[in-house]
Amino acid sequence: MATEPDPRSPAVSVADLRVIRGGTVVLPDLSLKVDRGEVVGLLGPSGSGKTTLMRSIVGVQQVAAGTLTVLGLPAGDRDVRSRVGYVTQAASVYNDLTVIENLQYFGALHRAPPDEINRAIDAVDLGEFAGRVVGSLSGGQRGRVSLAAALVGKPNLLVLDEPTVGLDPVLRRDLWATFRSLASDGVTLIVSSHVMDEADECDSIILLRDGKMIARDTPQGLRDSTGTTDLEDAFLRLIEREGDLT
Amino acid sequence: MSAHATLATARRVLRQLLRDRRTVGLIVVVPSFLLVILNFAFDSQPSTFDRIAPTMVGLIPFITMFIVTSIAMLRERTSGTLERLMSMSVAKLDLMAGYAIAFGAAAAAEVVVAAVVVFGILDTPADHSVAAIVAVGVLSAVLGMVMGLFVSAFATTEFQAVQFMPAFVLPQLLICGLFVDRSRMAGWLEGIAWAMPLTYVYDALDRLTSPGSIGGLFWLDLGVIAGAALVSLALGAVTLRRRTP
Repeated sequence: MATEPDPRSPAVSVADLRVIRGGTVVLPDLSLKVDRGEVVGLLGPSGSGKTTLMRSIVGVQQVAAGTLTVLGLPAGDRDVRSRVGYVTQAASVYNDLTVIENLQYFGALHRAPPDEINRAIDAVDLGEFAGRVVGSLSGGQRGRVSLAAALVGKPNLLVLDEPTVGLDPVLRRDLWATFRSLASDGVTLIVSSHVMDEADECDSIILLRDGKMIARDTPQGLRDSTGTTDLEDAFLRLIEREGDLT
Repeated sequence: MSAHATLATARRVLRQLLRDRRTVGLIVVVPSFLLVILNFAFDSQPSTFDRIAPTMVGLIPFITMFIVTSIAMLRERTSGTLERLMSMSVAKLDLMAGYAIAFGAAAAAEVVVAAVVVFGILDTPADHSVAAIVAVGVLSAVLGMVMGLFVSAFATTEFQAVQFMPAFVLPQLLICGLFVDRSRMAGWLEGIAWAMPLTYVYDALDRLTSPGSIGGLFWLDLGVIAGAALVSLALGAVTLRRRTP
């Protein structure tokens, strides 16, 4: 295990983050904290900056200003990269290799023991497809291979960009059970989603809009503060409120 | 750098290549096929074929590996796998060395088959060691590979990457001395030829296929080729960016 400066430091700490992509200010000035072992839902309409924030946290995004600390180290630091798993929205695995060959490669780069590969395959329920070439799988299955490729590294922080898109409700429920069991082992998860009912699975929610954080609360807290019973309504209420202010 | 990550990458790239049987077949068979055609094209001038063919054995892998690598690297960039690798703690050099080993092996197979066809079946005389020609062929393949890796950064589609072959490789091939003696070119063009890496590959092969002693300049050629490969490798490493805009 790499050096751990302070195991109690927040999993992610973002201060005054400013990101400009293609001449557009995507994140003007963002600050937030994520605690260890927390499951955080990152919600917001498309174009609100969710992916940019996730890319910044895993250290593949050029940032204009601000400080990002991940697991006590600067984001993207060599020692922290091996402890962060990042799953992009589009499956980023090799389509011309089988499921198991993909995991063997990413596992080898993480120096993961062979049984870790089987564990990862089981976690995403792809056992019967292990020998299939990824390109012949469905979009949802490819996404799960991509997730498994991040799990083989046994990351302390998992950053997942829309991991449940295109999955049927049963699989979605199973994946969330996997996320919860990872969290109970102390893994911190940041999960972006479009599906509002998934927000209830999270310990806490970050609502982004136009690169600004307009809410950061527990699902119940959001309902209470907006006087709604449904999270979808809560979001609409918050967005309207935001609109009134500007 | 870690040997572990390098070998894992080499194994992965080879697996991808081997899964694509048609590409493997094309890599191994096409150069030999072209050389056989060339042999019959020079039916009435066998001495010309005998002069050209051995150099072609070493030059063709440069072209093949340039194309294969630029497409493979472009795929790695566009499929998001490069971003995944860059978010992990893999060293860029491990990645490139892994590619070099895998494609170097493919190039070696290509050169060996072409050498068997030219020197074995077509019975072209070799003035010096055939093994040395094969070795220079593999070196030229590695040079083509790292140059392909570098230019792939400037392509955003596979169409563009394919067009880089005529744009970057063909001019070098035309002026390296294979078709026209460099001393008979326009002065400025000859000057440019001296600055092109493929010129030194041609010279090294030409020395190996000419009668008489090889001479110390052969080693200088090899040094220039290795230097050009290292510069391309460094430039290629710069294009593999951890952080992108």
